[in-house]
Amino acid sequence: MNFILVVEQTLNGLQLGVMLFLLAAGLTLVFGIMNLVNLAHGSLYMVGAYLWVAFVELTGSYLLGVLLALCGTLVVGMVVELVALRTLYEREHLDQVLATFGLILFFNELIAIIWGRSALYTSVPPWLYGHVELFAGVRYPMYRLAIILVGLAVALLLWYVVARTRLGMLIRAGASNRTMVSALGINIRLLYTVVFGFGAALAGLAGLMAGPIYAVQPGMGELVLIQVFVVIVIGGIGSIRGALVGALIVGMVDTMGRAFLKPVLGSMISPTAAEAAGPALASMLIYLLMAVVLALRPQGLFGGRGG
Amino acid sequence: MRAHLRLTVLVAGLVLLALVPPLAAALNQPFYLDLLRRVMIFAIAAVSLNLILGYGGMISFGHAAYLGIGAYAVAILAYHGIYNGFVQFAVAVGASAGIALVIGAVSVRTSGIYFIMITLAFTQMLYFLGISLEEYGGDDGMRLARRSELADLIDLGNPVSFYYLVLGVLIAFLYLSHRLVNSRFGMVLRAAKSNEARTRAIGIAPYRYRLVAFVIAGAMCGVAGALEVNHTNYLTPNVMHWTRSGEIMFMVILGGIGTLGGPALGAFVLLLLEDLLSGWTQHWQIILGPLLVLAVLFAKRGLAGLLPGDRRDG
Repeated sequence: MNFILVVEQTLNGLQLGVMLFLLAAGLTLVFGIMNLVNLAHGSLYMVGAYLWVAFVELTGSYLLGVLLALCGTLVVGMVVELVALRTLYEREHLDQVLATFGLILFFNELIAIIWGRSALYTSVPPWLYGHVELFAGVRYPMYRLAIILVGLAVALLLWYVVARTRLGMLIRAGASNRTMVSALGINIRLLYTVVFGFGAALAGLAGLMAGPIYAVQPGMGELVLIQVFVVIVIGGIGSIRGALVGALIVGMVDTMGRAFLKPVLGSMISPTAAEAAGPALASMLIYLLMAVVLALRPQGLFGGRGG
Repeated sequence: MRAHLRLTVLVAGLVLLALVPPLAAALNQPFYLDLLRRVMIFAIAAVSLNLILGYGGMISFGHAAYLGIGAYAVAILAYHGIYNGFVQFAVAVGASAGIALVIGAVSVRTSGIYFIMITLAFTQMLYFLGISLEEYGGDDGMRLARRSELADLIDLGNPVSFYYLVLGVLIAFLYLSHRLVNSRFGMVLRAAKSNEARTRAIGIAPYRYRLVAFVIAGAMCGVAGALEVNHTNYLTPNVMHWTRSGEIMFMVILGGIGTLGGPALGAFVLLLLEDLLSGWTQHWQIILGPLLVLAVLFAKRGLAGLLPGDRRDG
């Protein structure tokens, strides 16, 4: 393993990390504020990717496609909140899990009906094509670098909105005492719908950015959703800071495990055994990490409420 | 009296199931034997989940893991030439219980949303482990080398005797869970569900009881997994797919959470509905999904709740 590879894999880990963060931020906000377990968050990721494909085809412009897809996912998110999820806030977690599980089946099948079951392969726009030379000898794909920058920018923006604006103040207030907020004359239901919509748009952003890297297909949201669960369990449910730290840890551990576990194991035990155990262990690594974190800190690193 | 009504319905249902093989033979419809056998295997899984979900209040979103462990135990032993069913089932139960103990030891310490996500994540971990076991078929899965051989007692190659074996296991597990729930152990489990603070106040720490229930449920589901791989004659990691956990969970809710026969009823309704819808359109999930949402929103106590009776006693 050489220096260039390490830099490259570190950046890949960062890229996966910011992607997970975009999903985890929405999920953890919705849980922290509405106390809602939303399994269908992965579906919004998928919806974002598909809307992007459709809008790029329609308009012929990448950026316009992105913008329309974000608005589209925002609207889809708000509609889902209004129609189905709103009634679930007062219910038990069990009901929420099952109802949003039903929504996943619905969304996957709806996408399969409209776009078919096979994966769509999409490409990055020409101006994000190619590699960029970071420093002497280290080249990195432009598109992945762009994802990292967008992700970090969104993280910063999110911090600003939550910590420094009136909307953010309402969000934090709503999380700690919803009755008091509505008693002060704030339309809490509207606030919920707005927060849910923005969480959906963040998931959609992650989905459309993932499009050219991974395949766009029905069910694409669930695989990443379970990783996002690991992220927010590690970070502490309800905490955006925890989501960021958790996402970066999970992204890094997962990427490094897949890249280096096999050679490292190979140098310690026999190469043939490493050949077999490496990939298996690498795919289990983040779950083991989660188990360790929970054994030490059951409420996660930045633990909020969990009950 | 009301509890008796439910028991009567349950017994009538089981008697009807016992009558299916001669009926299917008379009508020359062997397909139904196959379908109902699969349904009963999932009913066993649902009954085992109900033990921790319904009576213990532990929302495990990873119950398919034990289905997988049971299936892998049987298939891996068969792959290496061990066809003895008694050995295979013993290993399936032992392995499921052991892994349930490890998963439970970490996850039972948590509650609420954490518990849901952790059980889900551990099952996903096992799913990926199954995929990476290239030796045993990896992603594609592999044919079961040979069905379990239960000496000369029961021939699993014979659909009718296999059917009765599954029915027998289902009845045995229903009885077992009835006894468990109404024992002192079950009482503590239910008490901890309804009020943990009070349970602690009378000097009982729920953790051990919950963990034991978690292990028993895992072991029971391992049996369902061992039966399932014999049923399909094929081992695939998909048996541990997370949607499978969701399905089993939904069976419990649909049938009636915390009732004895409810989960089995839920398995019947859900799988027969799936069969019906999938015969109708390939996009059956677009109907099933919203049905699921509606069932959660409006049928809170499940199908068993439609029958009058003591909620606890089924």
